[in-house]
Amino acid sequence: MNILVCISSVPDTTTKINFSDNGSKFDSSGVQFVINPYDEFGLTKAIMLKEKHGGKVTTITVGELNIEPVIRKALAIGADEAVRVNMSPKDSYSTAVEISNYISENTFDLIICGKESSDYNGGVVGGIIAELTNRPFVNACNGLSITQNTANLYREIDGGKENLEIDLPIIIGGQKGLVEESELRIPNMRGIMQARTKPLLVIEPKMNDILTESISFEKPSERGDCKIISNENVSELVSLLQNEAKVI
Amino acid sequence: MSIIVYTESWEEKFRKSTFEAVSYASEVAKMLSTNVIAISFGEESSEELAKLGNYGAEKVLACNQIEKGDSEATSNFLAENSIDANIIVFATTNTSKMIASRLSAKIKAGIVSNVIELPSEVSPVTLKRKSFSSKAIEQVKVNSDKAIICLASNSYGVIENHKNCSIEKKTINSSENIRFKGQEIANGKLSLAEAEIIVSAGRGLKGPENWKMIEDLAETLGAATACSKPVSDIGWRSHDEHVGQTGKAVAPNLYFAIGISGAIQHLAGVNSSKVMVVINTDPEAPFFKSADYGIVGDAFEIVPKLIEEIKKIR
Ligand SMILES: Cc1cc2nc3c(=O)[nH]c(=O)nc-3n(C[C@H](O)[C@H](O)[C@H](O)COP(=O)(O)OP(=O)(O)OC[C@H]3O[C@@H](n4cnc5c(N)ncnc54)[C@H](O)[C@@H]3O)c2cc1C
Repeated sequence: MNILVCISSVPDTTTKINFSDNGSKFDSSGVQFVINPYDEFGLTKAIMLKEKHGGKVTTITVGELNIEPVIRKALAIGADEAVRVNMSPKDSYSTAVEISNYISENTFDLIICGKESSDYNGGVVGGIIAELTNRPFVNACNGLSITQNTANLYREIDGGKENLEIDLPIIIGGQKGLVEESELRIPNMRGIMQARTKPLLVIEPKMNDILTESISFEKPSERGDCKIISNENVSELVSLLQNEAKVI
Repeated sequence: MSIIVYTESWEEKFRKSTFEAVSYASEVAKMLSTNVIAISFGEESSEELAKLGNYGAEKVLACNQIEKGDSEATSNFLAENSIDANIIVFATTNTSKMIASRLSAKIKAGIVSNVIELPSEVSPVTLKRKSFSSKAIEQVKVNSDKAIICLASNSYGVIENHKNCSIEKKTINSSENIRFKGQEIANGKLSLAEAEIIVSAGRGLKGPENWKMIEDLAETLGAATACSKPVSDIGWRSHDEHVGQTGKAVAPNLYFAIGISGAIQHLAGVNSSKVMVVINTDPEAPFFKSADYGIVGDAFEIVPKLIEEIKKIR
């Protein structure tokens, strides 16, 4: 089974977000980049499926040279080879178009994206790829097993889960549940050594349209100081919530 | 030139996020001097369909029931019926985004999710959205003629605006690729996306056996329950309750954080709540820097008292 895992390189979750150039650009100076947490679940799942069914795990990332450490980490965790599309991602559409171009020129049975990336939180790249490559798509996927040529999937919906069965090839937007937190693979020394020599193919983007454009960023408005209420006086909290905040 | 709204129902009732999307669309329609057409795929009763008119829809295209997960069939229908529309509005649920993203590639419309405000301009469409796990607000301009807007839950509100609403029945075929095996419903649980109040608890509760008081507090308030990530990782609570940067992002009117330290990843997913209350034994817990109200104290003493006090006013 040939599996493609789309990996986005995002600021570490502890990052304090700042902007430069008058609030028009994300300020990446001093920021540590990591594999998008949703993609980590997809990557581990891909490796486990390969161990069970055979095949190959390829990763693809749209980004410039500076994101290669994140790609090497994915290789160290256990991907067989990686592809980097050499461009700084501009919007969901252009990113998805580049990934779709690569998919169309190769054969994959399963394509795993994250449900969203934890930087821009667009959550739409997977669906756009699915449409451009004409494959079924399951978003917010939190369960996947494969028998022969058929995938059995669970999709999280607000209020429950939906169970579906689809013949491969398919695209999913993955999250926790694909594998459990405790099953996540982390790189070991051997993996890190091997990653240095695993193939990392760099391809140039085919220029394409940018449909949405970031103009500026601002920080959400700060809350006022926290009002501390004595632990002897719980009724005061209730009265403040009722009469001052008017939320109960 | 109408504005199109995708609607989503759950157990034959429209979701609150759908009424919110229709309310939002009808305000955008006013800006463009046009009207709102809602599209439904849930075979809701005519009484339920008519409710869309209360929030500003003038017409509903009501399709026969089709599985919500069938994004191919639904996005095809939406594409065929939005040829003259320049703006298509969705909520930001998992199902909505699945369909909206396919549709955006199909009709080559720029898509903006997690939108929190009305467009500041309609040509080109310019909007504000939550970004960087709610640590930032991003202004985005759509370059394409058509724009898809996915509205964040609880950001705009449900606003009544009565219109005479006509209902037109439509038929659509399911796609053949997907076989639906069924649904598992999280029993009796209020949805985190739609709850006005959320009672959330963390590792400070010491063990799953202590959640009874959290559930009681939630029930007293008509609230949904949530938890921090380690609590779901160790299996004290189910994954669907995990909120934060890598779990669900929520935005209720009132959020209680009980025995939760307030790590940056937790705050990222809950900071959009209108009012936050923290209960924690440690006065130095970071959550006190982000909350509106706080009590320094032991949850095992404070929560039962809180339930008692709330019962007095309810
Ligand atoms: C990549 C990554 C992603 C993450 N994503 C998330 C996420 O999405 N959501 C999330 O929640 N976390 C996330 N985390 C974890 C996060 O960093 C914190 O570890 C976690 O939020 C802490 O959970 P907690 O507050 O329940 O536990 P703790 O940090 O252990 O805090 C427990 C709190 O309870 C208090 N307490 C103890 N006893 C009592 C008592 N009797 N009464 C009242 N208070 C008491 C303590 O003072 C303490 O403040 C992520 C971490 C990483 C590395």
